[in-house]
Amino acid sequence: MTNTSPLPFLAEAPAIDGAPEWLALLRRSAVARYGQIGLPGPRTEAWKFTNLNALKALQPVPATGLGHIERPDVFAGLDATELHISNGALSVFSGDVPPTGLEIVDLGDPDTVPAWVSETLGTVAAIDRHPFAALNTAAFIGGVAIRVTRGTMLEKPILLLADTQGGETQGGEAATIAHPRVLVVVEEGAVADLVEVHTGAGSHVSNTVVEVTVGVGARLGHYKWQAEGVDAFHLAMTAVRAEAKATYDNFALSTGARLARNEIRGELAGGHVDYRVNGAYMATGDQHLDTTTLIDHAVPDCHSQEIYKGVLAGRSRGVFQGKILVRPNAQKTDGYQMNRALLLSRDAEIDSKPELEIYADDVKCSHGATVGALDDDQLFYLMARGIERERARALLIGAYLDEAIATIERAPVREAFRAVVDAWMQANVTGADTGGAP
Amino acid sequence: MALLEIENLHVEVGGKPILKGIDLVIEPGEVHAIMGPNGSGKSTLSYVLSGRDGYEVTDGSIRFDGKDLLAMAADERAIAGIFLAFQYPVELPGVAGMTFLKEALNARRKAAGEGEVDAMTFLKLVRAKAKTLGITDEMLKRAVNVGFSGGEKKRNEILQMAVLEPKLCVLDETDSGLDIDALKIVSEGVNALRDPDRSMLVITHYQRLLEHIQPDRVHVLAHGRIRRSGGKELALELEANGYAGFAEEAA
Repeated sequence: MTNTSPLPFLAEAPAIDGAPEWLALLRRSAVARYGQIGLPGPRTEAWKFTNLNALKALQPVPATGLGHIERPDVFAGLDATELHISNGALSVFSGDVPPTGLEIVDLGDPDTVPAWVSETLGTVAAIDRHPFAALNTAAFIGGVAIRVTRGTMLEKPILLLADTQGGETQGGEAATIAHPRVLVVVEEGAVADLVEVHTGAGSHVSNTVVEVTVGVGARLGHYKWQAEGVDAFHLAMTAVRAEAKATYDNFALSTGARLARNEIRGELAGGHVDYRVNGAYMATGDQHLDTTTLIDHAVPDCHSQEIYKGVLAGRSRGVFQGKILVRPNAQKTDGYQMNRALLLSRDAEIDSKPELEIYADDVKCSHGATVGALDDDQLFYLMARGIERERARALLIGAYLDEAIATIERAPVREAFRAVVDAWMQANVTGADTGGAP
Repeated sequence: MALLEIENLHVEVGGKPILKGIDLVIEPGEVHAIMGPNGSGKSTLSYVLSGRDGYEVTDGSIRFDGKDLLAMAADERAIAGIFLAFQYPVELPGVAGMTFLKEALNARRKAAGEGEVDAMTFLKLVRAKAKTLGITDEMLKRAVNVGFSGGEKKRNEILQMAVLEPKLCVLDETDSGLDIDALKIVSEGVNALRDPDRSMLVITHYQRLLEHIQPDRVHVLAHGRIRRSGGKELALELEANGYAGFAEEAA
């Protein structure tokens, strides 16, 4: 039985009646909230740079079936525990027996989930002012919950491949929508790395919610490559709660989708948290890539760092909204934020909105935003040494992006992401028309 | 055949005439010095030779090694054998010195139909040349010119020159900003590259560099024209009398 809600994108969502109580409660409040706030419009402040008209024009049907997902070439050499989410449902788990200290739970079977799942799911990702997180909570059909138990140090990263199969765009075939849901619980003193890769061809909407808790003294490296096809809408909310002395090292690399919104909200809930949310976005054609982050310093003595680098070619558009909130008692907060955008064509555009909201008086917070084109002096210097213009451009852009990529602490992931950048450059800078580039 | 033949060269920058009819011939193996007051067009000449954008040639021609230089892009000129040692070497954040040198060397090899340089051979080659210029491995690993002192930047230019082995070295005020020790190191580096098949065009305001790099010919550039040419004794004369006479001539 399915839901027959008149709300947008909620038709054919899973029925609430019959769901286990914890889930029914979650779903009811999510549907109610979603109904109240509705989809963001042009006057919604949090969405003012990202117009959703093209998304709203879709009447997507739920993506169904478990498809085969190929591991991207750049990760071919990565020794990882592999998970697949196909069309919003957990489809593959590479290790039938997970490594000691790692628990994998299929959210597609909510009747049998252990207490740590039912008690945590929905407690990190806020739905109050986040219609897509509410929509995901109302509509997810599956996904995965991952627990790294107390004190465990996982040697292999967890590689999560999420793929959504869309309808054909040519001829107006119906688009699809999927709501991948992920819960990651890293318990006290545990150490793990999670690599997310999002792909999908055809016209579709991937509306992902990833909830993360990093326990006392625990460490999570969380790396995401959004590589959806050019007809995709990718809406993602990553919500993180970091307890005392936790380390969270996040990197988001966005190269895919027609329109993507990658929202990362972090609550620094205990002292001496080391919280890093860095990333890079590279867009071409008509792509629109939105990065929106909130770093919520709720307690004293935490450190946060955010370095984003963008490269925008063609008629693409980038959006960066980064807010650092320092609550009244969050003294001795040390926060640094920087967004740099490189425009490779006259038609590319960036909207950058850094925001510091500070209520404590003994803090060290700085932020900055720059936008520019490639430096002619640097280009000439390289060419004066015999390096062709296109190669010179690629070298400069690569060096510029590498300042961000270099922040990724886990080496094999860093190298894989470097390879993604190189491939993007090969396709879009070296010998490619970047639309009236300087 | 002359290596470089500049004939009646007129150049404008932003619509303003800077070079107003330069004639200059450099034979293989010769070292020529161009001296002149600030604003005389010395740096413009170096940029026109190396192919920088924004310099419009309104008349005249430049032949290099028998080819029409003005028809070539900056990278093609470098491949053909022109090397400009910059007055203000550019910082390249994130581009390691070794990577930069390797890219430049491989671009040449590619144009010559050769394969990429072997990593070990390259390392040995660069280290040997770097050592004579007092450039450490640590400097080579760092991003090009980033955080370098003025002297380090100039030594780095000479290192690139030594590795790339050009036919014509254009040294644009290479002595500016150098102390006496750095000036000696740089000059020795340049002198080590003197060769019957390699020519040099040394652009400088002061005579002091020419004490270390002895020119075959000295030209005085003022107000966009070469006003006088002579042997190295001309440099000494300028040192004694200054450029005042040339300013009056131009007025």
